[in-house]
Amino acid sequence: MSECHSGARGTAISSPPPAVATQRRLVAIVGPPNCGKSTLFNRLTGLRQKVANFPGVTVEYRLGKAKVHGHHDVDLIDLPGTYSLLPRSEDEQVSYDVLHGNLKEVGKPDAVLLILDSTNLNRHLSLAVPILSLGLPTLVLLNMIDDLHGRGGEVDAEKLATQLGSPVALICATKGEGLGSVTRFLSGGIAVPKPVELPVLQDVPKCRQWARQVVSKSSYQSPEPPLWTRRLDKVLLHPVWGAVVFAIVVVAVFQTIFSGARPLMNGLAALIAKSGHWLGARLPEGWLHSLLIDGVWSGVGSVVVFLPQILLLFLFIAILEDSGYLARAALIADRTMAKVGLQGKSFIPLLSAYACAVPAIMATRTIENKRDRIATILVAPFMTCSARLPVYTLIIAAFIPDRPFLGSILRLQAATMLGLYVLGFVAAVITARVLKSSILKSERAPFVLEMPPYRWPTLESIGLRLWDRAMAFLKRAGTVILGVSIVLWALASVPPVNGKAAPIEQSLAGTLGRTIEPVIRPLGFNWKIGVGLITSLAAREVIVGTLGTLYGMEGKEDNRDLQQALHKDLTLGGAVALLVFFAFAMQCMSTLAVVRRETGGWKWPAIQFSYMTILAYVCAFAANQLLS
Amino acid sequence: MQLSFKNGHRTPLRGPRRRTLADLEQNQEGVLSSLELPDDFAHRLMELGFIPGIRVLASHSAPGGDPRVFRVDGTEIALRSETARRIWLETA
Repeated sequence: MSECHSGARGTAISSPPPAVATQRRLVAIVGPPNCGKSTLFNRLTGLRQKVANFPGVTVEYRLGKAKVHGHHDVDLIDLPGTYSLLPRSEDEQVSYDVLHGNLKEVGKPDAVLLILDSTNLNRHLSLAVPILSLGLPTLVLLNMIDDLHGRGGEVDAEKLATQLGSPVALICATKGEGLGSVTRFLSGGIAVPKPVELPVLQDVPKCRQWARQVVSKSSYQSPEPPLWTRRLDKVLLHPVWGAVVFAIVVVAVFQTIFSGARPLMNGLAALIAKSGHWLGARLPEGWLHSLLIDGVWSGVGSVVVFLPQILLLFLFIAILEDSGYLARAALIADRTMAKVGLQGKSFIPLLSAYACAVPAIMATRTIENKRDRIATILVAPFMTCSARLPVYTLIIAAFIPDRPFLGSILRLQAATMLGLYVLGFVAAVITARVLKSSILKSERAPFVLEMPPYRWPTLESIGLRLWDRAMAFLKRAGTVILGVSIVLWALASVPPVNGKAAPIEQSLAGTLGRTIEPVIRPLGFNWKIGVGLITSLAAREVIVGTLGTLYGMEGKEDNRDLQQALHKDLTLGGAVALLVFFAFAMQCMSTLAVVRRETGGWKWPAIQFSYMTILAYVCAFAANQLLS
Repeated sequence: MQLSFKNGHRTPLRGPRRRTLADLEQNQEGVLSSLELPDDFAHRLMELGFIPGIRVLASHSAPGGDPRVFRVDGTEIALRSETARRIWLETA
């Protein structure tokens, strides 16, 4: 396993001539999917990286700075994983454009790091054809060399380098071995590759044949099949045991979402409330106090509370993905998901959406097919997320009698809650079907799923990913949330009365609630609910606090009084309509912010918001009319 | 005579019935002959190793039998049966 050290001898890089100090050196990292590209990128850049979207497409890329001793930092760009550079998919188009210098935002790379999986060299070396034909200085990295050697494989880096006309290094990115050659390459004067004869790019069989010849001239010995993977798959893909393990994993994810994250979230909520009080006590009374404490602190706080849940989920997803099980789970779930026009890889993201749509939408990055990915993003917010639960709990407790239903198995309140879960699920299924047969109709969506060998996830790679996701959530969604919190605060406190923030019923929000009352009256809602609908755009559960304020029940520990007040003020039809409205409506600015980020524009979030709001309105209207 | 009459409607005149990847039993091998798929998709599969002339082994499948995992060129790749049915094997 530790034969990685052999990487040191594997290179044929001559000692670099004194580097010319250029302003900025950009090096692109290119490689097929699952070759350890991101691991290498993380190794080289650490935390000095940022994620960005290419304009107008859903493809994202990462930019980072690699420390090269004694020299300027080198900018590294991590391109999407591709097998070729024929611009067919969005990923390939972007890689093609970057490498040809067509993207002005990025600039033309000065050199390329081509990383390939050494255990799959026959297949992966085809990618060298388009890369070498670019004529840029290239270092070919054969990754997972420990795995190759461990399974009895062999390759001669010197011979391969001669064949390719470019230096070759053997590395093991997960352990960081053999990376000296990479930093030397990044810092040094890099020779333009010696021209070698390459086959025509478009001809896949010819490219493969070329790769095969090169590989065999490099004394390449394919590794033995991964024994442990075969053994594990016998169980994990067994018709019976495979399904059992799958069910256990699903239950574990679910359990983590609901029970595991709860104490952490409560703790964080208490911490945010306490620090708010502490800060509030030290600020002079006035509008600034109100803005900071009631606006920013509680607004942003109500969203930040979800961070533990999001991180726990990502921990799970990272372990599943890095270990290789995620591909198996996708395989097992594919048939069911295909029935609604989605695919196996949509399963885990949609499962995560039961906790929170935000991490679910971020988790769709594992879906390569863009249409499937967009469809998954669009239906994810229909899943009953945990922010809906306080709203459901309040309304159910206030309106649904606590009596047995279906004998002694289920009580009516629990049945209602279950019904709401089913309702969200059904809406998601129908929406997915409609989408996939209309605007997102794929040209016979090719489903291809690689089964990577099982591997131990490393702490470092999981830690980095959690960090990456936490930052993405806090920063990107955070800016939008901060903005919307301030706007919502302003709505709720302007115009000021006697120099103080207005009571909410006299504020703009109150006025707005009254203004929209005619529109929501047919749903059985009054103006107070209208105000709640506006403030709950911050996060769904905010409506509970708003209604508490409006009904004068603020600050009470349990909300029994609020339940009674609501019971008197709303009809049963209106209450059920409210439940239905919350099941369908996109009352969540964090989700919208994340969808914008992940889809690279406002188009999809706008479509999603309109669709969900209209659906919510129509269904709530129907519910109210039927029941009254 | 009788035999050929019975199978006449689905057997090409020469040789036995052509088989596809979907006809392989678990752990059975076959040699690819052609991919009857849209160009883009065929290209993608060829990049993954499904090149005419290569040996493919049918491995595990999802519970329910679809999709199935195929072992080609040292890697395992899952395809839905709707795809596997359009990848032809050479007649043995």
